[in-house]
Amino acid sequence: MSARKPYVRPMDGWWRRNPFFLRYMVRESSAVLLAIYAVILLTGVFRLSQGEAAYAAWFAALTCPFSILFHWVALLTVCYHAYTWWKVMPKTMPMLVIGGRRISEVALSGIGWAATLAMSVAVYALARWA
Amino acid sequence: MSDGTRTIEIETLRYRPEQDTEPHYQTFSVPFADDWSVLQGLQYIKDDLDSSLSFRWSCRMAICGSCGFMINGQPRLGCQTFLRNYYPNKVRVGPLEHFPIERDLVVGIEDFIGKLEGIKPYIVPKESRTLAQGEYLQTPAQRDQYEQFSSCINCLLCYAACPQYGLNPEFTGPAVLALLHRYNADSRDQGWEARKEVVNAEEGVWGCMLVGYCSEVCPKGVDPAHAINQNKVNSTLDYFGVKKFLLPKGAAE
Repeated sequence: MSARKPYVRPMDGWWRRNPFFLRYMVRESSAVLLAIYAVILLTGVFRLSQGEAAYAAWFAALTCPFSILFHWVALLTVCYHAYTWWKVMPKTMPMLVIGGRRISEVALSGIGWAATLAMSVAVYALARWA
Repeated sequence: MSDGTRTIEIETLRYRPEQDTEPHYQTFSVPFADDWSVLQGLQYIKDDLDSSLSFRWSCRMAICGSCGFMINGQPRLGCQTFLRNYYPNKVRVGPLEHFPIERDLVVGIEDFIGKLEGIKPYIVPKESRTLAQGEYLQTPAQRDQYEQFSSCINCLLCYAACPQYGLNPEFTGPAVLALLHRYNADSRDQGWEARKEVVNAEEGVWGCMLVGYCSEVCPKGVDPAHAINQNKVNSTLDYFGVKKFLLPKGAAE
């Protein structure tokens, strides 16, 4: 008879065992806040289709303190989301070799971060100017 | 012991199936020199303090991949981790996470071995050549496409780092999928067609949620997360019947 009695350890609370896993969970759950924000924006578009008064009411609702707080939290979350999105992006594409040299992951992520920053500044400038 | 020797507390997990119902930690005081690895600490315990302690090891130089442990909660090779970096705190050594514990620090790896055999971990030639036709030629650029993924030593640190494997042991897992990519990306191999069932399966690349910790802990720089996730694109294209234009140069058409 075999003397083996393998012990299988439970996985409860696995994401609290390592800061790396915790950051992964924050990264993934940041998408929820992003989805909520997208719904709010889409609601605005829908209200706009209903006329000026409806849009103005939606806009006024956004100025309440809770809404302001939510937007600040959403802004910080989307910044972290963008940071992690570009950080893992190079893992999802084939090795990129240009002129016989492999392009590093840091360089690829850096291009993404720079593009995100440039686009954000451009959109903000356009919104201020308009 | 020579001068300058310090003493560190090593807590190791104990599980003796014939007498324990569940694992527990046991603490040993181990005198160590500056150049002692955690593995040497364990060997001191086995030689001088408690010969019943079980653990795997062989080469002592990060080649064989036998001495993977959870060291203070992180998957690491015992031979590559130094006691001096933990002193004066204690160091806690456990068996690799996500595998069943057989005894003390020894885990059962049959599941991994089975998966490893299942991916045809050898070159399936694109065209068979006779001896008279000579060897299969390859340029340095073609070799670069897979070389990194061929450095795996099967130490299983990446499996211990992968919560997806812990939650669902059906998942093929980092090292096996990285090795699969190593052969797919080899210009001498048939590539995609030879192993696509494994890749496309739900427990293939799609079981990966890109936690990415596997690539952090790999002692050989294999980067399994990269091998797996670039094949999600290939698997998607395959689903739509598109030719693999994203496969590495030289791999199968």
